[in-house]
Amino acid sequence: MKSTRRTFLKVAGVSLLGIGAKPLLDALAGGEETKIIQAPEALKAKRWAMVVDMSKFKSDADLKRVIASCHRAHNVPDIGDPKKEVKWIWTEMYEHTFPGQHHAYTPETIKNRLFLVLCNHCDNPPCVRVCPTKATFRRDDGIVVMDMHRCIGCRFCMVACPFGARSFNWKDPRPFIREINPDFPTRTKGVVEKCNFCEERLARGLLPACVEASDGALIFGDLEDPKSEVGKILSSHYTLRRKNELGTKPCVFYII
Amino acid sequence: MRIYDAGKIFTGLAIFIVLICAPFWLSGGKSSSPPEIKIETPAIQKLSERRCIEATAYMKARHMELLDTWRQAVVREGESVYVGSDGKKYRMSLSSTCLHCHSNKDQFCDRCHHFEGVEPACWSCHVVPGELKG
Repeated sequence: MKSTRRTFLKVAGVSLLGIGAKPLLDALAGGEETKIIQAPEALKAKRWAMVVDMSKFKSDADLKRVIASCHRAHNVPDIGDPKKEVKWIWTEMYEHTFPGQHHAYTPETIKNRLFLVLCNHCDNPPCVRVCPTKATFRRDDGIVVMDMHRCIGCRFCMVACPFGARSFNWKDPRPFIREINPDFPTRTKGVVEKCNFCEERLARGLLPACVEASDGALIFGDLEDPKSEVGKILSSHYTLRRKNELGTKPCVFYII
Repeated sequence: MRIYDAGKIFTGLAIFIVLICAPFWLSGGKSSSPPEIKIETPAIQKLSERRCIEATAYMKARHMELLDTWRQAVVREGESVYVGSDGKKYRMSLSSTCLHCHSNKDQFCDRCHHFEGVEPACWSCHVVPGELKG
């Protein structure tokens, strides 16, 4: 039979299809495949966000309780030296929390009180942009997470973050952890760390540790769902974001 | 042909060859015995079917690849459950799942790793439940 260009192309096309279909058939045929899935109880959202209702924090003890619950859950060391401290959630004065907002007539009660601050899990996170190893990345649900296995400790992210939400491990943190939670890894010398919105708890269907310990002062939910608690509060209250003008689009909101 | 300093050169070569071959002569040509790995732990003895999450041969040869996939899935994809080839579900956690059964890390993980000369950096962060003191 004389082979024409037309028959050759036909045969070649069908053969290519056959080659392409093989992996698909293999995948369908294999009954003993292993799989990796999300836990059915995992909490899901389009965009996780938090509201910090400062009016519900009555005393410094309330703030301390919330901070302690986070630091206990995540094996955050208490180094003592402020130059080398490691923190995931901490307190700041008003003028440092909302710089440029304070003036001579700001009420003393606001000027002198401590505000609860943490990683803002920005929608436009500068820390993610500068990370050379993609150790810091933004998940589809908006949480800015760190992959400690990849962190090389270059600290670009610490320079990039306008909120000081990141800490560097100048020394082995283990001796400085009062009680190690075996369910969460510690860190090692030479990596940066920060709040992870308790993604490890969300994956198991639990709310963040700070939210649980806050007695309703911290509200956690889906920003894109108007029916969620966060959505309801944001549509009915005047809320502030930290350093809004920088355009990092923080997803932690404050009611003062 | 004349070799300058032949005595020194050949003595040096002889010493070199002896040094290089010494380990083989001293061991009598046999390979050193493989480490003795203990799998008997209270948790394993309680199991009705003594099987790891996958077949033993696979776990021996490929556990590092499996753990690498787990790490990627847990940290980067937010997935936390592994469905084994027998359909059973496991939480992907080194400290809570692997070490729950293999609670004798020093007689299980470490013995083989020492023998093979590998030093996985897992334990500088992941907590070994027995070593809890902060």
